[in-house]
Amino acid sequence: MKINRRAFIGTSVAGAAVMSAPMVKSAAHGMPKVIVIGGGAGGATAARYIAKDSGGNVDVTLIEPTRTYYTCFFSNLYIGGFRDLASIGHSYGDLAANHGVNVVHDWAVGVDRDAKTVSLAGGGSLPYDRLVISPGIDFVDGAVNGWSVASQNKMPHAYKAGSQTELLKAQLNAMPAGGVYAMVAPPNPFRCPPGPYERISMVAHHLKNNNPTAKIMIFDPKPKFSKMALFQDGWSRHYDGMIDWIGPDFGGKVDEVRPDSMEVVADGEAVKVDVCNVIPAMKAGRIADLAGLTNDKGWAEVEAHGMTSKVDSNIHVIGDSSQQGAMPKSGFSANSQAKVCANAVLAEVGGGTKFPAKYSNTCWSLIDTNDGIKVGASYDGTDDGIAKTSGFISKNGEDDATRKATYEESVGWYDAMTADMFS
Amino acid sequence: MLSKKLLCLISAAVLGVSVSSPVASAQGDAAAGEKLWKKCKSCHAVGENPKKKSGPHLNDLIGRPAGSVEGFRYSKSMTAAGGDGLVWDAASLDAFLIKPKDFIKKTKMSFRGFKDEQDRADIIAYVSQFSEGSDVTANEDPQVAPEILALVGDPAYGNYLIGTCVTCHTPQVTADSLPSINGWPVDDLVTALHAYKNKHRENPVMQQIAGALSNEEIAALAAYLTTQ
Repeated sequence: MKINRRAFIGTSVAGAAVMSAPMVKSAAHGMPKVIVIGGGAGGATAARYIAKDSGGNVDVTLIEPTRTYYTCFFSNLYIGGFRDLASIGHSYGDLAANHGVNVVHDWAVGVDRDAKTVSLAGGGSLPYDRLVISPGIDFVDGAVNGWSVASQNKMPHAYKAGSQTELLKAQLNAMPAGGVYAMVAPPNPFRCPPGPYERISMVAHHLKNNNPTAKIMIFDPKPKFSKMALFQDGWSRHYDGMIDWIGPDFGGKVDEVRPDSMEVVADGEAVKVDVCNVIPAMKAGRIADLAGLTNDKGWAEVEAHGMTSKVDSNIHVIGDSSQQGAMPKSGFSANSQAKVCANAVLAEVGGGTKFPAKYSNTCWSLIDTNDGIKVGASYDGTDDGIAKTSGFISKNGEDDATRKATYEESVGWYDAMTADMFS
Repeated sequence: MLSKKLLCLISAAVLGVSVSSPVASAQGDAAAGEKLWKKCKSCHAVGENPKKKSGPHLNDLIGRPAGSVEGFRYSKSMTAAGGDGLVWDAASLDAFLIKPKDFIKKTKMSFRGFKDEQDRADIIAYVSQFSEGSDVTANEDPQVAPEILALVGDPAYGNYLIGTCVTCHTPQVTADSLPSINGWPVDDLVTALHAYKNKHRENPVMQQIAGALSNEEIAALAAYLTTQ
């Protein structure tokens, strides 16, 4: 669905005289107001680009509960000992200072789509002309029998970076000699398709150096996973005999987990483990659900030309929460979608030109020191959703220099990507 | 306008007077210099088939007149310094690397410099290894057809499209940065993008990104960058 700018003016501004003005002034509040919910790869980028490219003519508010944002991307490298936690933490001061973004550290707890307001946990509500929702993911209740968010301290997910990541790292460090690290991997679709398998690589790297007789078990409900051949080749070269991947035909779909006794039950058999990293099935971040934007699968459907919600044309949904077509749920994708969305929002409320939607994504993963791999693709916005136009993937048998260069490329990307979000 | 220090060095070189600079006395360690090289390598290449980057390759740097790599577009001030007789050697590089913009005003090189004398000696020792008898020629990109180069792009569209570039190529350059696209001569950037698009250059990410750009879109990027 494409939004007609004139229709928007008609509903938000009384009086035809304003229609010739290049900048749409919202009658009720002066400058057009855009609210962005969620300050991650999608939301921080969208807020920054809308504020930057509007030249100060759009009032941008970013609602994000945390003051220090830890990126999910590269959090596995912290688990592997390649980064410290501080190096993946970022704050929002520059978005306010450099671009005039009004950063509100609070939870958005409701959206009144008729009144066009967002209510905050701390009380009060904020009006918007356009709303961008980028809340990442939440977990599906009851996805893994025996696990709930209440047991995340015994069996961490570490799939939202920060204290959970620290906890998992601490549990890994405390594993007894020869202990067992178990991962319950998620079903599709989920955030960061190579993420669980890069994490296994980083856990194995740590164990090889600190606890070489330890074992890793992956319980996976999927018969295939992202970069599977590349990871499995890397695991046999670097961590031979340490990692046991159990697919759905061999009991990968767990019957239940028992946080109190640290057991995983699969194929009717209980296995005692020392660390249990449960990554449950995912759905859109809760606010997308509360706003009534999600489908029966739990995701918010959007059209592909400007990431506009199929439910409400005043709302854009970007990043992991969106169901947009062919792009994987990744930080890079969210950042790319944010730029298309920012262009669309500015065309709607700021009188800018709407350009064709073009998206890209690259996901780098680290298998072991200087052994990096990558997968990526370009995409176009079509009437049937985001569609892939071309792609590439690393190959088995690449020389050491190529793998090292791939890792170094990811480090350069990390700095650029976080500058693109927060500077 | 050349700085006093530079004029002094040039006249010393022209007159054949040895420059007794206190800073040139430090013994350089090429191995230590190799570690420092990561601060240089996002913009400069050395070794066989040096890639085109936003700075000139540094093969055969020692003994080379400033601003003299063929086909590289230097700042006017760098070209002028070469014309005035500045030749790169340990002493002139040492003076330049303290703070490049002090030594050659308006050089395109945005690097702040090595304050530490030993660091300068080490990096010069490292780079010097690529200077003697190495017969390397720059890896040339294929020429872009004149009608494609003549396309005039929309800078506003370029501003939108460059969003894809800066996800990896930040204007805020650090030691780990990927090659910067800031300060790169626009025509060279266009040539490089076409070289990726046509798979003459190898990086798969860039092949895919450039491959998704039409000739008009590359022209739009060029039009935007020209306004910067």
